[in-house]
Amino acid sequence: MNKVFNNADEAIHDIADGMTLMLGGFGLCGLPENCIAALVKKGVKDLTCISNNAGVDDFGIGLLLRQRQVKKMISSYVGENAEFERQLLSGELEVELIPQGTLATRCMAAGYGMPAIFTPAGIGTEVAIGKEVRNFNGKDYLMELAFDADYAIVKAWKGDSMGNLVYRSTARNFNPVMAMAGKITIAEVEELVEPGELNPDHIHTPGIYVHRIFKGTNYEKRIEQRTVRKRQDA
Amino acid sequence: MLDKTGIAKRIAKEIKDGYYVNLGIGIPTLIANYIPEDMDVVLQSENGLLGMGPFPFEGEEDADIINAGKQTITTLPGSAIFDSAMSFGMIRARKVNLTILGAMEVAENGDIASWKIPGKMVKGMGGAMDLVASAENIIVAMQHVNKAGESKLLPRCTLPLTGINCVKKIVTELAVLDVLPGGGFKLLERAPGVSIEEIKNATSGRLIIEGDIPEMDIN
Repeated sequence: MNKVFNNADEAIHDIADGMTLMLGGFGLCGLPENCIAALVKKGVKDLTCISNNAGVDDFGIGLLLRQRQVKKMISSYVGENAEFERQLLSGELEVELIPQGTLATRCMAAGYGMPAIFTPAGIGTEVAIGKEVRNFNGKDYLMELAFDADYAIVKAWKGDSMGNLVYRSTARNFNPVMAMAGKITIAEVEELVEPGELNPDHIHTPGIYVHRIFKGTNYEKRIEQRTVRKRQDA
Repeated sequence: MLDKTGIAKRIAKEIKDGYYVNLGIGIPTLIANYIPEDMDVVLQSENGLLGMGPFPFEGEEDADIINAGKQTITTLPGSAIFDSAMSFGMIRARKVNLTILGAMEVAENGDIASWKIPGKMVKGMGGAMDLVASAENIIVAMQHVNKAGESKLLPRCTLPLTGINCVKKIVTELAVLDVLPGGGFKLLERAPGVSIEEIKNATSGRLIIEGDIPEMDIN
């Protein structure tokens, strides 16, 4: 049960043009930085990317957008990326904007083996167009389908060679639900340890969901909005 | 007329002891600064945190600890971290008592538009559609009129909707208003120094004025 790969290039070696990828992270927090860099280097094209955000112009998925490697984005919020907005408004990029909870729960459904979920988010809005509406206990819900992604690419804090993962603080975000949802799940971690070093009670993603794992390097962990208070304010 | 801080201070008075509260981006974020210290309130950040603390001290920023506005923040004793699906699970299951968010338009039937200006601006709805579809208590914090001087309190929204029949209360630089279940903006309070005439002129939706309208207390 050794799932260890040497690096990002090897872990993503069979990702091909036209595939659908899930990419974990919220803003620039908890991003699979090594895999994104490897995808840029590999130059795969026509990707459909499912990710809450689209990065910024020069980091995260923004790097893939800049190289025109993305055919379609499925996201909930893309406000931080000027190049994204330009490609969207000019029609170069296909974009499906969906509510954040719907995005997360469609990942969860895939990982739980459920074909669809019902959510009130988007009822009465353009998100509901063409979707089945069901009424439960007097309230309308939209039927939203589980995602079907070729690869899920996630970032964790620690992982072992069996693929068990632990995330750190709010860098958890979409990573656990995406990790459950890929046909093949690739995890990059800051610390790769031997089985037994992680407490079984503390594991967030059981290794059964993870197919490939490698120790990432040179994490930049860029901060999008650096907000601080001065010591004398305390 | 209130500034953004004034709007935040007034909305802070709507928060009750024991509440779990989700604060949106913009003016709502400021509200955290005006929750009375003796009040037990837990802030939810939809990227996966309950118990959002203040900004870190300079030099102690941690890229792994951010809020839904992507700002560096801190956790507090008793904080809990979870994934995005659980975060919206607790929102959908109505465990969060109060949602405060911004808007571009609110209609007199409680519809809200906040995420898109066709052909001009597309940022996305983020978690707003999930929040407004499920929250029992929704307060909108916004300017009464847009940059072109047009009212944002309308008979019907003109922009793509975020949610329908959901807004309960609005606090602007001019006034506090309830959105009545049967439709209409009921004027509750005026901002200091603002006349009813000014509020009438800035409101294009149906405005309901009954009896004396007191000035807000924002201190």
